[in-house]
Amino acid sequence: MNCRPDALVIGAGIVGAACAAELAACGLTVTIVERHVVGGGATAAGMGHLVVMDDNPAELALTRYSLELWREFVAGRKQQNEYSPCGTLWIAADAEEMAAAAAKQATLATHGIGCELLDAAALYRLEPHLRPGLAGGLRVAGDAIVYPPKSAALLLAQAQQRGAQLLSDDVLAIDAQGVTLASGGRIDAGLVLVANGVACAQLLPELPIQPKKGHVVVTERYPDFIRHQLVELGYIKSAHAGSGDSVAFNLQPRPTGQLLIGSSRQFDRSDTTLDLPMVSRMLAHAAQFVPQLAQLKAIRCWSGVRAASPDGLPLLGPHPGLQPNRTNVWLAVGHEGLGITTALASARLLAAQITAQAAAIDILPYLPARFPAIIDTAPAHA
Amino acid sequence: MPDAIAPETITLFINDRPLTVAAGTSVAAAIAIGGNPVTRLSVTGMPRAPLCGMGICQECRVTIDGQPHQLACQTPCAPQMQVWTAPYKEIT
Repeated sequence: MNCRPDALVIGAGIVGAACAAELAACGLTVTIVERHVVGGGATAAGMGHLVVMDDNPAELALTRYSLELWREFVAGRKQQNEYSPCGTLWIAADAEEMAAAAAKQATLATHGIGCELLDAAALYRLEPHLRPGLAGGLRVAGDAIVYPPKSAALLLAQAQQRGAQLLSDDVLAIDAQGVTLASGGRIDAGLVLVANGVACAQLLPELPIQPKKGHVVVTERYPDFIRHQLVELGYIKSAHAGSGDSVAFNLQPRPTGQLLIGSSRQFDRSDTTLDLPMVSRMLAHAAQFVPQLAQLKAIRCWSGVRAASPDGLPLLGPHPGLQPNRTNVWLAVGHEGLGITTALASARLLAAQITAQAAAIDILPYLPARFPAIIDTAPAHA
Repeated sequence: MPDAIAPETITLFINDRPLTVAAGTSVAAAIAIGGNPVTRLSVTGMPRAPLCGMGICQECRVTIDGQPHQLACQTPCAPQMQVWTAPYKEIT
């Protein structure tokens, strides 16, 4: 065991594993602490959709950069990641959403992201199982899907090949020198990187991270039922609601021929017990877009908890607090529904800042210091 | 009083071949009576047949009247039913 690693990473989900791999690649000694299963938290609960999102310029920059990194990462390892370049098809139900699709097309095209606007005829040629009466859509061919637990395991293996060590334990508290563990021990470290999703609020109560619960249903095998990941443009209205329960249409074809059906959002629920009325509402909404879904067989459903930040962007950078137990704390949390997509870029931006190198994109929009309230409210001692 | 409407035998089609069975026979039993008990292929292409007979093992999945992934052991035969087992029809 590293007796005083340069970096102690809390959480071996996809973000923690990616950070560990990147820091180890930069030559740091790394210990990563995981209390349950590698990639077993939110990493395992989502859809693994690698998607360019343009709700704001910072989100576009981060997702675009990260997708480039994903293409490099999966090259030569497509099957190991269960990678499928199925692309995303954003569905426009009416003229208003069609205008939104056109605006999205213009934004993406400006940033060199290939996409094509589809009228209704073109939409149904590509996806005949969509319900009639839709206006069209936007096809983003460069988007893809992975199976995130496998990717997290691969990233962790990369980290370990570069000398990182995995510790199966739970971090109880962060102090000025490192962390104390549930097993009774402690680890001193040069820096502590918090990458444990919603659980970060247990260690750092001052962080503005809110749980947003989601559900997913997986079906039997129906190869070629749909070919793209289908998402309604109305999804964006749901994802940014400040409170309340909502569902949005999100349907993914897995390489196995199974379909993943999503999505739901519930605030302030941090348990993963199934909310069947919510699942029912989600499925009914999905069947409005693909009526035949109602005839398919579901084999399992589950829920997970996203870690949401107030502005929809992750916290990537140093904790701005001045207390001794907050200096040398770094954050990679608050990825909400884009944790898989932005994991690799998050790792690069953290590593650049930690090693004082130039980052590939502007780091400013993701710096934790943009939330001044967390500077002063951190407790004085663990 | 005998039921004049319920048939004593049912004729259905397994892989396009007609078969007549006693009313109340499950589709899984009809498949076995037809001579080749294989209901599906594994993901690596190996033949599978019903194991549990009680709706749990999922090995009896066949396509019935165009609907894939139906549990043959849990489905009673119906007149003119079209049953396809995996070696004969791609699941779509």
